[in-house]
Amino acid sequence: MSKSVQIPPVEVHDLTVKYGEKPVLWNVDFEIPSGKLIAVVGPNGAGKSTLIKAIMGILEPVSGYVNIFGKPLDEMRNQIAYVPQRESVDWDFPISVQELVMMGRYSHIGLFKRPRKDDRQIVAESLEQVGMTEYANRQISQLSGGQQQRVFLARALAQRADIYFMDEPFAGVDASTESAILELLKSLRDQNKTVIVVHHDLHTVSQYFDWVMMLNLHLVAFGPMESTLTEENLKKAYGGRLNILSKAIHLATQQNYSREK
Amino acid sequence: MDGIIQDFFLLGDPNVRWVLAGTILLSLSAGILGCFTILRRRALVGDAVAHAVLPGVAIAFIIVGDKNPVMLLLGAVVFGWIAMLVMENITLKTKISTDTSIGMVLSVFFGLGVVLLSHIQNSGNVNQSGLDAFLFGNAASMLPFDVIVFSFVSVVVIATILLNYKEFKMLSFDPAFGVSTGFKRKRYEFLMATLLVLTITAGLQAVGVVLMASMLIIPAAAARYWTDSLSVMLVISGLIGIFAAVVGSFVSFSAPAMPTGPWMVVAAAVLFTISVLLSPGRGLVGNYLRKRKQRQKSFKENILKYIYKSNEKNIDSKSQLQEIHQKFGQNGIRVQPFIDKMLNEGYIIRSNGLIELTQKGEQEAKRVIRVHRLWELYLSERLNLKSDHVHDDAETMEHFITPELETELMNILGKPEKDPHQSQIPY
Repeated sequence: MSKSVQIPPVEVHDLTVKYGEKPVLWNVDFEIPSGKLIAVVGPNGAGKSTLIKAIMGILEPVSGYVNIFGKPLDEMRNQIAYVPQRESVDWDFPISVQELVMMGRYSHIGLFKRPRKDDRQIVAESLEQVGMTEYANRQISQLSGGQQQRVFLARALAQRADIYFMDEPFAGVDASTESAILELLKSLRDQNKTVIVVHHDLHTVSQYFDWVMMLNLHLVAFGPMESTLTEENLKKAYGGRLNILSKAIHLATQQNYSREK
Repeated sequence: MDGIIQDFFLLGDPNVRWVLAGTILLSLSAGILGCFTILRRRALVGDAVAHAVLPGVAIAFIIVGDKNPVMLLLGAVVFGWIAMLVMENITLKTKISTDTSIGMVLSVFFGLGVVLLSHIQNSGNVNQSGLDAFLFGNAASMLPFDVIVFSFVSVVVIATILLNYKEFKMLSFDPAFGVSTGFKRKRYEFLMATLLVLTITAGLQAVGVVLMASMLIIPAAAARYWTDSLSVMLVISGLIGIFAAVVGSFVSFSAPAMPTGPWMVVAAAVLFTISVLLSPGRGLVGNYLRKRKQRQKSFKENILKYIYKSNEKNIDSKSQLQEIHQKFGQNGIRVQPFIDKMLNEGYIIRSNGLIELTQKGEQEAKRVIRVHRLWELYLSERLNLKSDHVHDDAETMEHFITPELETELMNILGKPEKDPHQSQIPY
């Protein structure tokens, strides 16, 4: 663990992302400290989800790179876990809760192989941690919004990673799920895991998290909560979408677009 | 007829054995692959690819000069792939929407195929007879070597799916999450697209390009009605495919002029219709019966409630029955069967011409009134609705609130004495 104190868990270098026609991320550059609960905030369309997806290689950046514990992402896949937005999947898909959570183990199981006993054990433990044990054999379409979120969390827990990226885990969940998720985040931090959470609720952000990253197409501010969540920074991040930067990006993407044809 | 039964069902004719085995394998692979196709919402892509392989078949024939299945397969695979790439690039590089690009590729490629086919037919090549079977399929016209080639393709497809089952599940459900774990999304998309082209091509001669996509779509869509488990869905879909294959091949042998493809589709569609209507859980008939049962339950509970309240008011016997009929017998509903049923079930009894609640009936009536009033109280106290706006909602909810929900309401509200209209809540 002493090693991870020196080498940052996540190191993002000059990341620039183009995302179809939509606005992009420009020159995002930061190092994330270990063992912290970190919120990513910013207005709609600020590129919060895009940042997470680009860090995890789901979207390909135009330039820049990401290091995980000082090594290229592809060597460190098993160190990172991901909780996508709940709406990103079809909840009528014919699988059970258990099967969904097992997907967190696939990269450990390997090609052409079936889950082993310890994989099933880990899935059971993960479901236990989010309080969904009794739903293990349910079809996923029978879950409420809060339960869906818990199952997604369980899948990330089953990855047994050191770094967790979560995209709006608090969106549209009931109060009891919200506090359950918060407890879970805290226990992850207490195990010196690093947790990066896209968060939409500015009222709870200082209460729930240690550090905050403010984003609006570029990195506005990043640091410990008290020194970073200032009125000035909030104004910078949320003050008007149509600033010069977003206009320039819009122009650039349009031109690129016609050039490609 | 006896001869057909002997040849077909008892597999007396060796040719039947071949063809039947071939179409069964083919339908099995289409049924299994089709599950992933529809779950990934690629049904239309499948249809477009099926139509688009036709020019490939025709060109292969023009080059080779006969119906060598390996060459036809090759031509079909090449054109299937070209069609996929064209569709993908149109969507990616232009502002044309996905459905438009699918529609264009389907019709343009198919049109080209028909042009080439008619060219071949006019060329006077003696080997061309039977090429039109590629449009609608003719299982009986397959030679043993055709069957071997196409069956081999089907077996490869099935084996590939089974070996990569877990990865295909990931690809279909949540590929973005997969990528975050190091899953090679592009590789599996390529693999699945190849399987799609291969399966469609394998069905060329037996089912034909026009209807091959339905062997991917219909069995899978039907199977979805019977299960919530992907692995079970694959099995059911495969079985439905096999059924269709047997029916189609049988028709093809008993009436050689009949195209096989349409008959397979019809057979699969019959099973699909049965699934839509009768499957438990999702079926329309089950849905209708559940709704009707709920309606009857509400009706019965309303009558019990009414009797309970009218007994409180001491109305005389004659007018009581009349009033029940008057109040509930609107819109042509016959009330008497409900009353008879409730008499049978022991909710009510007749005494001196008056209808009275039994103990069981009284308990039930009280329960309905209780949840009605609890719900009104909950709405007005907890959700701050005005007390004159809560009755209609409670009138519906009283029939749906389960004992568990009732307990929860009680926990929230305590054990209240009176509802928002100051009526006593009966316990």
